[in-house]
Amino acid sequence: MTPNETRATGPATAGRAEPIVVARGLRKIFPGRAGDEPVIAVDDVSFELFPNECLAIVGESGSGKTTVARMLVGLETVTAGELAVRGESRAAGVKRLADRRRWAKEVQYVFQDPYSSLNGRQRIGDIVATSVALHAGDTATRRAVQRRALEILDSVGLDERFAAKHPHQLSGGQRQRVAIARALAADPAVIVLDEAVAALDVSIQAQILNLLADIRAAREVSYLFISHDLAVVNQISDRMIVMEQGRVVDGGRTAELLAEPVHPYTRSLRAAVPRPGWRPVRRERLAS
Amino acid sequence: MTDPLLRLDNVRAALRLRGGEQELLRGVSFTIGAGEALGLVGESGSGKSLTTRAITRMLDPAFRVTGDIAFEGASVPRMNAQALRRYRQRDVGMIFQDPRAHVNPVHRVGDFLTEALVRDRGVDRRDAERRAVELLDEVGVRTPEQRLRQYPHELSGGLLQRVMIASVLLAEPKLILADEPTTALDVTAQSDVMAILDEQRRARGLSLLFITHDLELAAACCDRLAVMYAGEIVEQGAHVYEAPRHPYTIELLGARPSIEHRVERLPVLRYDRAAHELLKAEAS
Ligand SMILES: Nc1ncnc2c1ncn2[C@@H]1O[C@H](COP(=O)(O)OP(=O)(O)OP(=O)(O)O)[C@@H](O)[C@H]1O
Ligand SMILES: Nc1ncnc2c1ncn2[C@@H]1O[C@H](COP(=O)(O)OP(=O)(O)OP(=O)(O)O)[C@@H](O)[C@H]1O
Ligand SMILES: [Mg+2]
Ligand SMILES: [Mg+2]
Repeated sequence: MTPNETRATGPATAGRAEPIVVARGLRKIFPGRAGDEPVIAVDDVSFELFPNECLAIVGESGSGKTTVARMLVGLETVTAGELAVRGESRAAGVKRLADRRRWAKEVQYVFQDPYSSLNGRQRIGDIVATSVALHAGDTATRRAVQRRALEILDSVGLDERFAAKHPHQLSGGQRQRVAIARALAADPAVIVLDEAVAALDVSIQAQILNLLADIRAAREVSYLFISHDLAVVNQISDRMIVMEQGRVVDGGRTAELLAEPVHPYTRSLRAAVPRPGWRPVRRERLAS
Repeated sequence: MTDPLLRLDNVRAALRLRGGEQELLRGVSFTIGAGEALGLVGESGSGKSLTTRAITRMLDPAFRVTGDIAFEGASVPRMNAQALRRYRQRDVGMIFQDPRAHVNPVHRVGDFLTEALVRDRGVDRRDAERRAVELLDEVGVRTPEQRLRQYPHELSGGLLQRVMIASVLLAEPKLILADEPTTALDVTAQSDVMAILDEQRRARGLSLLFITHDLELAAACCDRLAVMYAGEIVEQGAHVYEAPRHPYTIELLGARPSIEHRVERLPVLRYDRAAHELLKAEAS
């Protein structure tokens, strides 16, 4: 336990609602391929995600951030520990299609690569409408679904002209808006954003970060925001946890943690960010 | 005045299309002196990689290239095949964003490092291996002898990028073209790789063209910056990061979130092609 652990587990506003997501002692071990040692990708990870907050997960490449996210959305099984969304355990994995659908309605996932995460043969309007229809239930009429899809596209800054286009006709930033629109169409409680702005230009990154803030101002939604860009994390998140080699080593309110990092690993991450007067520094000799 | 190491003079590259031509480099001019580092920054599609390909004369034949590129006073477009080969093999070294795409996955690290020396320079294999081991050690790779026997997939991205730097240094070039060498790495690996590149470049007096879209990183590692927009350099010099003058540079710097301060909303870039053409028309 670190001194920051208590800061990390407290809600954004003390005494507020129940957490939506609770992870306790979460572990993921990948079996090693022939002759290799098994990989402990996630090791005793605990955190809580509260309604209407943005929790960032930061850490070096390979620290286990994506694996945590994949377990949360049911793309990966849980080796040990507890993972619950609104009190319902997800640790056992998805068995029935109905469960998968119910889970997807609560937790949606936006990937890093806007190029490969959308079906190239579907029109933008249909991509979003499919997600609306899937989560709206059987009572929704076709017209209502179409109208809702257009509203959602509009809310991410894509007017109806975009509905008839295909993903390849859009810029990277526009495609990432479509991915966010598709996630919003499920009306989820949680959106997991895994390096969702990493591949985008600064100008488009700014638009998407503003959009994410706008969405949160307009409706209740929580973000689990995965990134190794601490400037982006500072802009978007309320709290953050820091992962190193599968473990959570630090956590707390983002502004405080970045202003005065105490944990040596957080300090080293903070020190590696280029800024005025900064010089790159060499680490110890690399063994891997 | 002596010639700079590299001089680009009004370089234009136009893509030949059925209906006409599309100019993608629109009059690029800059110089890099011996031992100097120039940072070339700009957003995706602005022409940074095309510029490096123009420098090594590796642009797609579909491009019509005009303007001059001079290396140590010799015109690159006018080099004959032999001179060009020598220029590419000995004078310039290249480091790319994705090292995995530029190594043969079934060749061991040792073969990758020594191949060019043995084949193109007639260096004895044992000597080449000894030099490779020395250089791996200098760029901070532990147990270099063991590394020579490994395959690229057995190395992390940061480690493989160190191997790439070692391979470029082995050829003893005068100029390094580094096209987003750290974009695929996390911040700690980035800091590490840039420190090694910087230290080795200074120790050897090499020149560097460093391409990135990270202005902070470029400012920290380069003597001067050049900012590209739509195939043109809109502003260059040592002042760019601290005191930008061009509206595009100012907006680009402003749109980046800060690790120190959180803002209500990030400023969004207003600068576009129309504003760009208008500004040019006013200036002339
Ligand atoms: N399917 C898998 N099989 C075996 N090992 C895996 C698998 N997926 C991930 N790993 C390993 O688990 C560890 C954590 O990987 P993960 O992708 O979660 O890291 P990350 O923090 O998201 O890194 P990055 O910043 O590079 O995306 C790494 O060592 C990785 O190689
Ligand atoms: N072989 C080619 N044929 C046609 N167009 C090309 C070719 N190579 C590049 N282009 C176009 O030229 C423009 C500049 O491309 P370039 O690769 O130089 O951009 P860049 O500044 O390196 O961007 P990035 O940051 O994304 O790497 C882009 O519009 C690109 O689509
Ligand atoms: Mg990841
Ligand atoms: Mg490029």
